Amino acid sequence: MANLKVKFCGVEFPNPLVLASGVMGVTAAGLLKTARAGAGGVTTKSIWLNEHVGHKNPTMIGTEHYFINAVGVPDAGIEKAQEEMAKYLEKHHVPLIANVMAKAVEDFEAVVKEVTKLNPDLIEINLSCPNVEDEFGKPLACSVIKVAEVVKLVKSCTDKPVIVKMSPNVEDHVGIALAAEKAGADALCCFNTFGPGLVMDLETRMPILANKVGGVSGPGIKPLVLKMVNDIYKAVKIPIIGTGGVITGNDALEMMMCGASLVGVGTMVYYNDVAGFAEMTTQINGWLDEHGITNIEDIIGTLQR
Amino acid sequence: MNQALQTYGQPKMVTIKKIVQENEFVKTFFLDVSLGVKAGQFVNIWLPGVDEKPLSVAYDDGSQTLITFYAFGHMTKKLFELSEGDKVGIRGPYGTYYTWNKGDTLVLVAGGYGAAPMYFVANEAIKDDCKIHFVVGARNKDLLLYLDKIEKLPNVELHVATDDGSMGLKGYNTEILKDLLAAGEVSRVFACGPEMMEKRIVDLCSEAGVKSWISVERYMKCGFGVCGHCCLDDSGDRVCKEGPVMSGELLAASPEFGKYHRDKVGKKVKL
Repeated sequence: MANLKVKFCGVEFPNPLVLASGVMGVTAAGLLKTARAGAGGVTTKSIWLNEHVGHKNPTMIGTEHYFINAVGVPDAGIEKAQEEMAKYLEKHHVPLIANVMAKAVEDFEAVVKEVTKLNPDLIEINLSCPNVEDEFGKPLACSVIKVAEVVKLVKSCTDKPVIVKMSPNVEDHVGIALAAEKAGADALCCFNTFGPGLVMDLETRMPILANKVGGVSGPGIKPLVLKMVNDIYKAVKIPIIGTGGVITGNDALEMMMCGASLVGVGTMVYYNDVAGFAEMTTQINGWLDEHGITNIEDIIGTLQR
Repeated sequence: MNQALQTYGQPKMVTIKKIVQENEFVKTFFLDVSLGVKAGQFVNIWLPGVDEKPLSVAYDDGSQTLITFYAFGHMTKKLFELSEGDKVGIRGPYGTYYTWNKGDTLVLVAGGYGAAPMYFVANEAIKDDCKIHFVVGARNKDLLLYLDKIEKLPNVELHVATDDGSMGLKGYNTEILKDLLAAGEVSRVFACGPEMMEKRIVDLCSEAGVKSWISVERYMKCGFGVCGHCCLDDSGDRVCKEGPVMSGELLAASPEFGKYHRDKVGKKVKL
């Protein structure tokens, strides 16, 4: 069996499969269940300083080919995060990434300072949710200038490694990645969901999601993400969490070969449940053994292009 | 793909064929679809432009799905206003269901509109030669549901309790359960109703050494195991996936069950 450990921003992950933000991440109990099921790291649902109410249901739709969601980033605020993160860290199976969210650039200061006190292994800043545009306008991750501003600010108020959750819905993803790196980001999470997109009901001629539109994930986006991750990998020096459409262990291997050091796994839970983490690890091990590779880190960025 | 699979992740609009008003606040809709629901499972009902909510199923006979619901919140009040011939969206079925062995003696305890899913259980279990004690309880006799239907089932003995004594025993239905447990010969206890009632049942069954299975209710976003909103402390078991029918042992070990639940932003709210 190959060594699946990945060192990422100085933090050791037992395997490269990281639970992506927004899935099973409301409470410590959910995160720990996922960690026990075999995730190599877990990410909280986005933490706000104060309570934020999300969208009404339906918030998620799944099909064979894609998944779409518009949950609207609900959260109870920092007090709940204090309790839940402390509870997670008591057990601390695998590294914890705290995902934080705020309305505008300047609002990140307070929430990042508070979350830093809770001692997660890394902090991920959510600049890219595509289903709250009615409330907050275009995501911060769509602007080179705003990404640089927020990264500089966040880096000045935490000593934790900072991951930027990137948007795929931009004209120049490489330009944004370079801006984040230059501003001091320690890593990039590529990507948030695509779109927004729309799923309608033929009978009523109405969008099904209560928010009408939502972010698209699942198997259908994998080729788009692989290409963009590879573009960014070739341009930056900081490590990447490749996220989007990874359902199987082979998908995760492809993501790493395209340049990801860690692989974000979210929508997989819809298709294969949390048990899918262990199945993915088995498939990854099988492939590595078959190809005589003893360290998974050796495959990162090995796409022959 | 069959119809059941098609409606797992995306709602499908179906016609309300028939509506029965059970009491002032409770109606039963007969929906023109079968999703192969098993007793104890739930579906998500979508009212376009309003909301989507998880509702337990009162019956699925292979051609139609019955839902019995209480007009309690914004969405269910809107649902209550619909007429025969109108359409609602449905997807599912989701979650775990009740199981039993052939010939078991089952005690089904229902509080309020919990009688509907328990009726589904009774209807299926008698096909496996189970003997059933059906214990219903409500604040008063007008709020008791499904009595005529339950009485018509063979091998089912009905027991009634009301808080005000307007029908049956004056007091809680858990007192009747206590007597049945003391009399012995109970294979399993199933319950659906208010959580404080359910908590008492878990405790009584645990004391008597009888296995219990309970229908648990929690706020849900997706209903199919993705969002993590309905994970119970501390096991992380999802009410939508490892539940809604959960074992009394699992619930007894939970610091959450019978104490608090979480609201739509995930904040703890005392029961």
